[in-house]
Amino acid sequence: MNVQEQSWEDIPLERVPQYLAGHGVAWVSQERQSAFARFAAHGFPTRREEEWKYTDVSAIGRRTSLAPDNIPPDPSSEASLFAWTLAQSNVHLMVFVNGHYSNELSALGELPPGARLGSLADLLDGGADLPEMLFDEQHEHTVFAALNNALATDGAVLNLAAGTVLEKPVYLLFIASGHGSAIYPRNIVIAGEGARATVIEHYYGMLEAHNFTDAVTQIGLAANAEVRHCKLEQEGKDAFHIAGIHAEQAANSRFVSHSFALGGRLARNDITSRMTAPDCQCTFDGLYLLDGKQHVDHHTRIDHLAPSGTSREYYRGILDGESHGVFNGKVIVHPHAVKTDAHQANNNLLLSRQAEVDTKPQLEIYADDVKCTHGATVGQLDDESLFYLRSRGVDIDSARSLMIYGFANDIIKRVEGPEMRARIEQLVLNRLPEGEQIKELL
Amino acid sequence: MLSVKNLHAGVGGKEILRGVDLDVRAGEVHAIMGPNGSGKSTLAQLLAGREGYEVTAGSVRYLDRDLLAMSPEERAQEGVFLAFQYPVEIPGVSNALFLKTGLNSIRKHRGLPELDAMDFLQLLRDKMKLLGMDENLLSRAVNEGFSGGEKKRNEILQLAVLEPKLAILDETDSGLDIDAVKLVADGVNAMRSPERAIVLVTHYQRLLNFIVPDAVHVLSQGRIVRSGGAELAQELEQHGYSWVETETEAQRKTA
Repeated sequence: MNVQEQSWEDIPLERVPQYLAGHGVAWVSQERQSAFARFAAHGFPTRREEEWKYTDVSAIGRRTSLAPDNIPPDPSSEASLFAWTLAQSNVHLMVFVNGHYSNELSALGELPPGARLGSLADLLDGGADLPEMLFDEQHEHTVFAALNNALATDGAVLNLAAGTVLEKPVYLLFIASGHGSAIYPRNIVIAGEGARATVIEHYYGMLEAHNFTDAVTQIGLAANAEVRHCKLEQEGKDAFHIAGIHAEQAANSRFVSHSFALGGRLARNDITSRMTAPDCQCTFDGLYLLDGKQHVDHHTRIDHLAPSGTSREYYRGILDGESHGVFNGKVIVHPHAVKTDAHQANNNLLLSRQAEVDTKPQLEIYADDVKCTHGATVGQLDDESLFYLRSRGVDIDSARSLMIYGFANDIIKRVEGPEMRARIEQLVLNRLPEGEQIKELL
Repeated sequence: MLSVKNLHAGVGGKEILRGVDLDVRAGEVHAIMGPNGSGKSTLAQLLAGREGYEVTAGSVRYLDRDLLAMSPEERAQEGVFLAFQYPVEIPGVSNALFLKTGLNSIRKHRGLPELDAMDFLQLLRDKMKLLGMDENLLSRAVNEGFSGGEKKRNEILQLAVLEPKLAILDETDSGLDIDAVKLVADGVNAMRSPERAIVLVTHYQRLLNFIVPDAVHVLSQGRIVRSGGAELAQELEQHGYSWVETETEAQRKTA
């Protein structure tokens, strides 16, 4: 049966109640049902829709079931080892296995007063007050967000009282090890006035895991708050990954988003920020590194709704094999957003004749007295630079790798925090043919 | 060390080098001078292995090997170095990483141990000081945002670090003020040794006031039309290239 035709009743929830957050809370169940109805009314998006023109998700629809995974958190030894390694580093670690929080693998560490970090399931099951954006139809940016509202299994909730500063990053590790599992992570970050935090969201799939992940992260920033969000998508080679990251910014707040897309067969990220009050800053950076038949799509949207906002967006793609990249970056300067300063650039490096990229920077300006620029390029490795490197004794493969690394490095070096930057650098180098050699030289 | 015989080469069917003969021995400094379009840069780039040129006749031997059969990296590993007329930018790759990658590739080829970060940095610092280069040029991307003078000095830094057997400098003096020319010349002179050959490709005699060559060749319309000692450069400075060209033309007619 095609999942498009599934109804709420077809989802065998009775098999999974103990794993669906808030299953015992009446209003939660109700909200889930109406969210599912919204999803079912629309169904999966098709390529006839402008926003999905280049990304075909019909393969997800051919899955046997959308039901969230019923596999209890029993990670493979590889996953456990990876989580353990992270737990030794300087982070507040929360680990989710196939969508379910693993207390055993997590290492929350000591949090400062004013900071609360816990799993969504604990909060929902405990009947705690929840941010109104949860389950809210207005915040469903895509139909996949409605599906996430219906089936969200678990996720992290970080709440920072005014003035709270987290020195160490919060590291959310989502491990996919199940075969064919459907995973619906839902994360919420609330930063009170002047609060500051870094949140890393890492999706790590076992090589063979052909899971479907549908994740939503909502981030609220009060006045003067600062949240840096870094997403690493490193799903297994046959995985489908759909994610939304949505920020809402109050006055003089700063939101930074990094998206590194390295894995999966199909990945789609919708990243948005609404700058609702004056003097906000917003940075969207991203890097997609693809080969084989990988498909990665980034749809970003920055809404300048108030005066004197600054936004910067730098996305780069490196595409090999028969891979396909999509970048669609919208910047909308609304009527009251005078003195907006917005800059956006998307640069792509094609390493093979079969690789393809569709890029569409989109600037809509409805206010006067603004400074906005955008641009996009698609190119190949520069022959001059290649010859220059070779003339210094560097063999052709290493020279290519070094140039690719250089192209990626312009995005990597924008990550704040040396530890995180180094970690990402390693991940990228692991993907380059002569990466090991470059690592030794760094 | 380098023996060029009757070299004919061109691009897209257009012949640029029309029978170049040149012999350079270890320990010697040769200057190749000539007007614009005479084929100086083509010769320099061809020796370094740039693709896109068709060699239609002649040969190039380097240390008794067929240089033209070697890839650019192989030539560099065997000790050939070209200082570029227009040094290239490599975005995102720091100058230090660039130099280290080159040096270690060459050392590896020669069976020498790779240098560790500390030794490498010390080596760079000393050489940069000699060339009057700011240390921040190490952490910046290769040639990105460098001034014209910084780019040229960066080429000489590479020369000093890579220690080639045959160094070819393509118009390294062009676009430099007199102080910078002096620094570059000091850098080159410091590299003179009985084991090393240096070929200076230049339009002006100016550089040769500071680096006195053992031989000067005048390249005109793809041929070396005149060779001599350092005094030939002085004569050129006085009479201009047209002097050599007219003289050659006259000789041809008498012949």
